[in-house]
Amino acid sequence: MVTLPAYFMHQSRIVITGLGLTSPNGNSLEEYRKNLLDGVAGIQMIDMRYMGKVPAGVCSFDPKKHQTRKELRVGTRAGSIAIYAAREAIENSGLDFENYDKSRIGVYVGTTEHGNVETENEVYNISKFDYDTRFWTHHHNPRTVANNPAGEITINMGITGPHYTIGAACAAGNAGLVQALQMLRLGEVDLALAGGVSESIQSFGIFAGFKSQGALGTHESDVNKTSRPFDKTRNGIVVSEGGAIYVLERLEDAQARGANIIAEIVGYCINSDASDYVLPNPERQAECMKKALKVAKMKPEDVDIVNTHATSTPMGDIQECKAIKEIFGHSPTTYVNNTKSFIGHAMGAAGALELAGNLPSFEDNIIHPTINVEELDEECAMPNLVINEPLKVDAVKVILNNSFGMLGINSALIVKKFED
Amino acid sequence: MTEDQVKQIVIDIINEIAPDEDTSGIKSEVNLRDQMDLDSMDFLDIVMELRKQHNIEVPEEDYPQLASLDSCAAYLTPKFNA
Repeated sequence: MVTLPAYFMHQSRIVITGLGLTSPNGNSLEEYRKNLLDGVAGIQMIDMRYMGKVPAGVCSFDPKKHQTRKELRVGTRAGSIAIYAAREAIENSGLDFENYDKSRIGVYVGTTEHGNVETENEVYNISKFDYDTRFWTHHHNPRTVANNPAGEITINMGITGPHYTIGAACAAGNAGLVQALQMLRLGEVDLALAGGVSESIQSFGIFAGFKSQGALGTHESDVNKTSRPFDKTRNGIVVSEGGAIYVLERLEDAQARGANIIAEIVGYCINSDASDYVLPNPERQAECMKKALKVAKMKPEDVDIVNTHATSTPMGDIQECKAIKEIFGHSPTTYVNNTKSFIGHAMGAAGALELAGNLPSFEDNIIHPTINVEELDEECAMPNLVINEPLKVDAVKVILNNSFGMLGINSALIVKKFED
Repeated sequence: MTEDQVKQIVIDIINEIAPDEDTSGIKSEVNLRDQMDLDSMDFLDIVMELRKQHNIEVPEEDYPQLASLDSCAAYLTPKFNA
């Protein structure tokens, strides 16, 4: 049996002490949460190169709030979203950032993909010059390296600790948070900026790929009803951009500086289906949630909200419901909801952004619903699925956040209302 | 094309690639990097825009010729008039 050094056994408690975000229906947690409780979605039709109009979730934050015009010209949209969310998170954390040791901050940003947008733009650009590669920009490589969004945060904020992105398909938002938690526990950093971002709505390839796969959502009359997980007529994903970056710290450090502690990350799991490139696997998803519960030393009954990954595809939603019913089907106090029905699928940002939309439940004890369910698909019917209207409960203390992705990557994160 | 017109072309490109810079008081004889926040990537942008907008090619060994507005004008005017 392998004996681990003592410091590996010391499981510091990791807490969330700040949060910044931009989503298609809000550029602050307050605005986003209000819209989730008021049933306000944020999907619109956009022009997509080679494809015409497609539904998408677009963010309306002001990028010039935290970046110069030159930074915006040289950098990427993912970098811009990351910087906005990171700066807002630090502001929200109340940290004395100016005087903080920047070499002890780590930046861990989840992304589904990166570089598609910039490469597509350059191929389009040189198509105007008869594909003469002398017109290919020298900005291409720094824009497309996989660490780009995390690196742009460090340049903008003068952070000299480690930075990288975590490529984990659409489980990446959760994976970014897990990575940060682990690095804090290892003592590699004292403070982490972590979460997920996505700029995918600028890539026709993402939309065309989903369309070819038969997984791009449409709605005949109301664009804001396109993303409709669990509805019988659901027909695919709405691709969105967005980002959510959290400030994470070890509990003792947060308390020492008198931080406002928003929540504690108490359990997590990332596992793999090992079965298919695209199709989800409910057996492995269920294992993922069970393992996260085990890490959190919790029973299903301890979880108040399961925020689903469901993306509004016919098969994916059913598979996840199967996995959830297996574990939570007999838990009368566990409610189930979905955030993509409002904001579409924010890809690498999805996990982090959807968790953010639910964190205020610790304060208001309201569970935001999944909207756009006109006729519930009986195969998605679950006890305690919160449909179309928010639900007030006695207390929300624990949230389990699911995020799954292609190549069979599953993640479940369990977050608890902070109690000393 | 006159040297002054070439200088204006370079200023227009700088305004495009470095939109935060104030080019109104730019001194012709002083190195651009001594009076503005321009880095090596910005100079590559200038080279790219000369190529894209004016079909002017600046070989790498001639990059030092772009140091100031005066040297830009002296180097580029014959190319514009070729």
